[in-house]
Amino acid sequence: MATPIPEKTLGERLRDHGLSRRGFLKLCAATASMMALPASMVPRIAAALEQARRPSVIWLSFQECTGCTESLTRSHAPTLEDLILKMVSLDYHHTLQAAAGEAAEEARLQAMEANAGEYLVIVDGSIPGPDANPGFSTVAGQSNYDILMETVEHAAAVIAVGTCAAFGGLPQARPNPTGAMSVMDLVKDKPVINVSGCPPVPMVITGVLAHYLTFGRLPDLDAYGRPMAFFGQSIHDRCYRRPFYDKGLFAESFDDQGAKEGWCLYRLGCKGPTTYNACATMKWNGGTSWPIESGHPCLGCSEPSFWDGGGFYEPVSVPLTANAGTLLTAGAVGAVVGGGSAALAKHGVKKADAERQPVTIDELEQTQ
Amino acid sequence: MSDLDRIIPETRAAKNCARSPRDFGNALPVLNEIRHALERLVETGEETRIDLSGMPFGPGDLDRLTAWLGKGEVTATVEALGPTQIQETAIPGVWLVDYRSGEGQRLTLHLEIAPVPELLRPQPRDLAEALTLLDARLEEDQGTPPESS
Ligand code: SF4
Repeated sequence: MATPIPEKTLGERLRDHGLSRRGFLKLCAATASMMALPASMVPRIAAALEQARRPSVIWLSFQECTGCTESLTRSHAPTLEDLILKMVSLDYHHTLQAAAGEAAEEARLQAMEANAGEYLVIVDGSIPGPDANPGFSTVAGQSNYDILMETVEHAAAVIAVGTCAAFGGLPQARPNPTGAMSVMDLVKDKPVINVSGCPPVPMVITGVLAHYLTFGRLPDLDAYGRPMAFFGQSIHDRCYRRPFYDKGLFAESFDDQGAKEGWCLYRLGCKGPTTYNACATMKWNGGTSWPIESGHPCLGCSEPSFWDGGGFYEPVSVPLTANAGTLLTAGAVGAVVGGGSAALAKHGVKKADAERQPVTIDELEQTQ
Repeated sequence: MSDLDRIIPETRAAKNCARSPRDFGNALPVLNEIRHALERLVETGEETRIDLSGMPFGPGDLDRLTAWLGKGEVTATVEALGPTQIQETAIPGVWLVDYRSGEGQRLTLHLEIAPVPELLRPQPRDLAEALTLLDARLEEDQGTPPESS
């Protein structure tokens, strides 16, 4: 029997594209930065990336505004082309891919079968739960819930990108008309990594992928299932306005002398003390600035239930509550990705394909 | 504006910062870190890299830091995956390495405390192949394989 030709390593693939060894070192320096790892890790990253193989990635978009995809595709470091196309194999993303309809869905099923037990699923958007009307959000006639459960069944791990996928986000805000749920509310038997933010910092999305690619495992997570490297410290702890907070110097309105002097925005509603995210260091728009540097208080967009946490311009009163089940799951699943049984998984993919049922007109017309 | 000025901008912002009454910021702790790193380099030869793009800098902090460090004698550009501009600061052994993409956007900005920044040195595997490369060129020119010593 002929031995299959092993897929090229990332190092080989990049050299095929004409990347020199200095170019590769530079890519590793940018990758370390993206993973919020110390620059001293660059040689280790270079050794690991040299041997890495591209993971297959399936990106599912549900009840979302496409802001998360926009955030990533406007990412500058490295460019989407460099990172996504060379470092991962993006096999399905219905907003970005050229294929549509049956052909697109076929691409997803093929990727699932070929990489069963090993592919990554990225989800943006919340999902109408199993008890909600399945017609609230469908892709190719399938409910979001069915597609999610079918796709994650043989995945290595799931990355919930954006606050909607991570915590329910805007669709789940009271009164939650679509019965929106987060990925970790629904997926209990796979590692789920939450990259929250509305939208998330693009380098954090790519940083999680780069971490998986480099070290073959998912990064360490906090109690909400978010990567510690990016969400380990509060905005408040890394805020350059913090010395003013400590001295009790606060802007009282957006145009008073305190605001002009760059004083702390706490009294204008800043949620920095209860918000964990990487904005203060990674910043936005190619590292240009971030909300607090632009003179606006932090809205707390990477925290659960931030839409229901009171007025954006009310001083923080620690209103943020995640549902208890959500928290327990996040802690219990852990971050290590098992290999899984690929053969068994492939069989399962075929079975799922045969059993898929589109949402019917009757179901669409049901009221909740 | 030269490439060099993009690394160490003598911008209005920097000048404003120098006059600014603010006596806080995150530039000073980085200077202390550089001092420790330089001490290690001098005493043990250990090199250090500091990722400046991961620092919680406020407006003007980076300008203030680069202004403090000043400009040294050496500048270099490495063309690999876009330009990387390297500038020796006025402190020998302290280098600013500015990694840019092909479109000129900053990928990351490092301080390297080393005799020579790593990106300027030939990479070990390139060096290992250097003799073969040179021999191939000689052979091409003279038609005979060069004698090995
Ligand atoms: S502006 Fe916000 S994050 Fe910054 S110090 Fe004030 S309260 Fe904290």
